[in-house]
Amino acid sequence: MTARGIMRSLAAVVLAGGAIAGCAVFSPGAALDARMADMMAASFRDQGIAKVDRLAQDLANEACSNAQGNDLPADLVRRIEAENMKTVKAPSDGRYLGDWKRGEAIAQSGRGMTWTDASAAPAGNGGNCYNCHELSKQEISYGTIGPSLHHYGRLRGVSDPGSPAARPIVEYTWGKLWNTRAYNACSNMPRFGHLGLLDEQQLRDLMALLLDPNSPVNR
Amino acid sequence: MKRVASAAAVVLTAWGLQASAQGRTTADGIAEYRKMLEDGNPAELFEARGEALWKQPRGPRNASLERCDLGRGPGVVKGAFVTLPRWFADTQRVQDLESRLLTCMETLQGISAEDVAKTPFGRGEQRNLEGLVAWIAAESRGMRFDLPQTHPEERAMYELGKRAFFYRGGSHDFSCASCHGEEGKRIRLQDLPVLTRNPGDGVGFAAWPAYRVSAGELWGMQRRLNDCYRQQRFPYPGYGSEVTIALGVYMGVNGKGAESIAPSIKR
Repeated sequence: MTARGIMRSLAAVVLAGGAIAGCAVFSPGAALDARMADMMAASFRDQGIAKVDRLAQDLANEACSNAQGNDLPADLVRRIEAENMKTVKAPSDGRYLGDWKRGEAIAQSGRGMTWTDASAAPAGNGGNCYNCHELSKQEISYGTIGPSLHHYGRLRGVSDPGSPAARPIVEYTWGKLWNTRAYNACSNMPRFGHLGLLDEQQLRDLMALLLDPNSPVNR
Repeated sequence: MKRVASAAAVVLTAWGLQASAQGRTTADGIAEYRKMLEDGNPAELFEARGEALWKQPRGPRNASLERCDLGRGPGVVKGAFVTLPRWFADTQRVQDLESRLLTCMETLQGISAEDVAKTPFGRGEQRNLEGLVAWIAAESRGMRFDLPQTHPEERAMYELGKRAFFYRGGSHDFSCASCHGEEGKRIRLQDLPVLTRNPGDGVGFAAWPAYRVSAGELWGMQRRLNDCYRQQRFPYPGYGSEVTIALGVYMGVNGKGAESIAPSIKR
């Protein structure tokens, strides 16, 4: 489907929704919705790996965009989180933790998925973690869009990530990295596993960075 | 020329020192070298070039841009920058500085607007646009943003710009608001202006076009937005496309009253 097609079908859904709800279909809001769809479709084009299909929105992105920074109704939050929770896949071999040193390198890298990147394969992608989070104390150049993750495992009482006691935190952390919207409908964080930005091994390495007691995050 | 070149060297040195000094924000560093450069921003070179280009007969019609109407009447440059984007009756659309310049280049000089829009940044006529936007912005330096919102299309574009600002998409689910929607946030050490309201004098929309020290280039708002969308992992926004103009209206109207320092200097 072309971007215009995607956007038009989106607009049609919005208009149909308005009609069902008894709103005037030609209200200024509905007219702007249709125009917005046309504007987005006409304004962007494919460039390299960044194709116009990236403009298509799922329920989570559509609802969180329309909210314009305001809270969503509670039932919509539950629906988005439940839909996203269904996408979370546990590691295929049951191993959750990799190497924190490789995890640190992935956390440092902000590369990948732009139209100047040659490939969309996860191998070329970073996690962008330090762009938004504090992690190890040694790295002073960190962003603040997300919360500090310094002492992430330690603060949650994880002394042995392989122990049964640590299991709930381990599973939660994996799920959060896989698809953050399962826990926070409008989270700003990318959905690394769900959207294929990082592969299983890269996620394991980030898990180790966050949860291994020897990782600089927990030292 | 020599003065500007030596000033550029000072900037680079200042940037190096700034980067090694801990406990100071990027904004402090930028404010400091902006002050050091008050009489020598390398953008001056682009401004001088832009003024010459404005007056020089060029294109198939061998005409200058001196009769170009930037919204305040044909040939009026002073004060135009702080009222753009705005509605233009002749083209029947809201235009920002750069899309308006394309109109003038086409109608006055016979240069194809479509060809210029397709030209990569930093090459050919796009290099000429860098100079033109630098000079036109500089002619309004110190003036305050006051975009008109009287025409229904100007108000519609504000609403569309607002929707675009919050539009989440791309591989990473980012929108403009992911980085510019909350107070006091940074990416790495870079402070992020909040663009959903007036972020203050010379910040955000009021700072572009700007000379980028790291690249040695002058970036207009179109290029700034283009690189934002690249980092958002969106597809490629066309030069002068409606979404870029709508975002300009949204940010410019939000920044009403902010003093323009463009062309400013950025890392």
